[in-house]
Amino acid sequence: MTLTTPEIAHQPFDIERIRRDFPILKREIGDSQLVYLDNAATSQRPVQVLAEMTRFYRDHNANIHRGVHTLSVEATDLYEEARGKVARFINAPRPEELVFTRNTTESINLVAHGWGRKFLQAGDEVVISEIEHHSNIVPWQMLRDERGIVLKYIPMLPDGTLDLEAARQIIGPKTRLLAITAMSNALGTIVPLDVLIPMAREHGAKVLIDGAQSVPHMPVDVQTLDADFLAFSAHKMLGPTGMGALWARYELLDSMNPFMGGGDMILTVTMERSTWADVPAKFEAGTPNVGGAVGFGAAADYLSALGMDAVRAHEVEVTDYALRRLGDVPGVTIFGPPNAEDRGGVVSFELEGVHPHDVGQVLDTHGVAVRTGHHCAQPVMAALTVPATARASFYIYNTTEEVDRLAVALEEVARFFGGA
Amino acid sequence: MASDPLKTGGGLLDDLYREIILDHYRRPRNHDPLNTPTCSADGANPLCGDTVHLEVGLDGDTIDEIAFAGMGCSISQASTSMMTEYVKGRTVEEARKGAQAFQQMMTSGETQSIEGFDDIDALQGVAKFPARVKCASLGWKTLEQALEGGGVITTEEGHESND
Repeated sequence: MTLTTPEIAHQPFDIERIRRDFPILKREIGDSQLVYLDNAATSQRPVQVLAEMTRFYRDHNANIHRGVHTLSVEATDLYEEARGKVARFINAPRPEELVFTRNTTESINLVAHGWGRKFLQAGDEVVISEIEHHSNIVPWQMLRDERGIVLKYIPMLPDGTLDLEAARQIIGPKTRLLAITAMSNALGTIVPLDVLIPMAREHGAKVLIDGAQSVPHMPVDVQTLDADFLAFSAHKMLGPTGMGALWARYELLDSMNPFMGGGDMILTVTMERSTWADVPAKFEAGTPNVGGAVGFGAAADYLSALGMDAVRAHEVEVTDYALRRLGDVPGVTIFGPPNAEDRGGVVSFELEGVHPHDVGQVLDTHGVAVRTGHHCAQPVMAALTVPATARASFYIYNTTEEVDRLAVALEEVARFFGGA
Repeated sequence: MASDPLKTGGGLLDDLYREIILDHYRRPRNHDPLNTPTCSADGANPLCGDTVHLEVGLDGDTIDEIAFAGMGCSISQASTSMMTEYVKGRTVEEARKGAQAFQQMMTSGETQSIEGFDDIDALQGVAKFPARVKCASLGWKTLEQALEGGGVITTEEGHESND
């Protein structure tokens, strides 16, 4: 029996056909069909990705870079082919510049350890922002505590955008690294990298982009981005969990220290010392997630076939509708930039008098899955002076009808908790 | 598509949000700070952002007065409000037994036939929502902490989701 992977042929963007690729969307939650609006946390996976991963484990599974036997050679080829697919997805000049990691968090930690600990000294400044996910705050706080670097934050304005005037003062001659998100996971704010990156370059600083929310949702081309590091995750872009990537310029990767030691990352090992393998193997100690890499590559293929311009256009349409439709629900306050063009497919909101947790609970009984909480962005919550928000986040398979389902359910929540 | 939350989810929601719970949420009891508390404690549910500040005034071995302030979901705040009504006028020993009985109810989903637990029994349905048990337990855990002499407690063990 052979496994075949369904073809992806959804151009022009055909949402009905896309939805058929995601069997989970047919699930019923209670009596209602699932409305999955928690894509900023993790996306769903299409049958094409699942089929490629199954095919790997069924027909080609072996450890990589190890043996001369046929399966090991096939597995190695599939792993490296996946690297090439993900590298092409962000238009990396060389596939070796793409290091596989577990997730965005590990990618950022890899930079903090492999680059930061080697090249940063006490007094050097790392600039991040108030709207970062904790994964782009905590590694730098740890490095600050260990090495005495100075951590500075670009503040957030009340509309969820960054204070660019303040950024101009904060980024200066001591700045060695600007580490910043391309899109806020909590508010959807798209950060104007074309303004911030030149500020860092003016002072010779390196630039790390947290692309966890941008790479899955909009075209990203590292050759025009002018960054040094780009971190992102597979599971937010139709791929498996436990897979992520760090892209970095080859010279930088070459100059960095390894993060973890072990098998696969060495050239030679004697009792006295070891020498490191070349990039990217130097950063991929131990048996990697080979099946996950294959799924990551398949996810990149799926999105490439749709076209990232079309993906972005669809999300702007759904988000624009959501901003208007949810904005009309009495008692709803939406946080973040007012225009869909200035944000990703993320709408964070609160319903007056009802805690987000209760909102999420009642929405769940309507089959509507949203995230509630601080979204791993507590500084954003503090700046908004709310303990938490509810957040709906969209992807390629979400429709304006689903936004209506959310809005109707929210009106019910208001009625349910409103009567005193 | 069904749009009445009381009817969707097979009445599950009804089990969670009983009217008496919503009443305690909208009109929390024992909400004015004490002048001279004997002990106090702060509880937090870091993942949800629920907080409870609890003040206890002891007269010998009896909880003479009690007050709480807090922010959070209806379950956490209503449960704390009900707890204060229950323990007020009872001995420390009775309050501790109440806290144990409440935990038992959250684990088993069975009411505990404790005298004075009438309103509190309405929280029985929370046991069907494992993610919300920590919300319901926050006030009681904060009470136990206060009776231990005070301090800060959290209901988490350092977990954080990643999105």
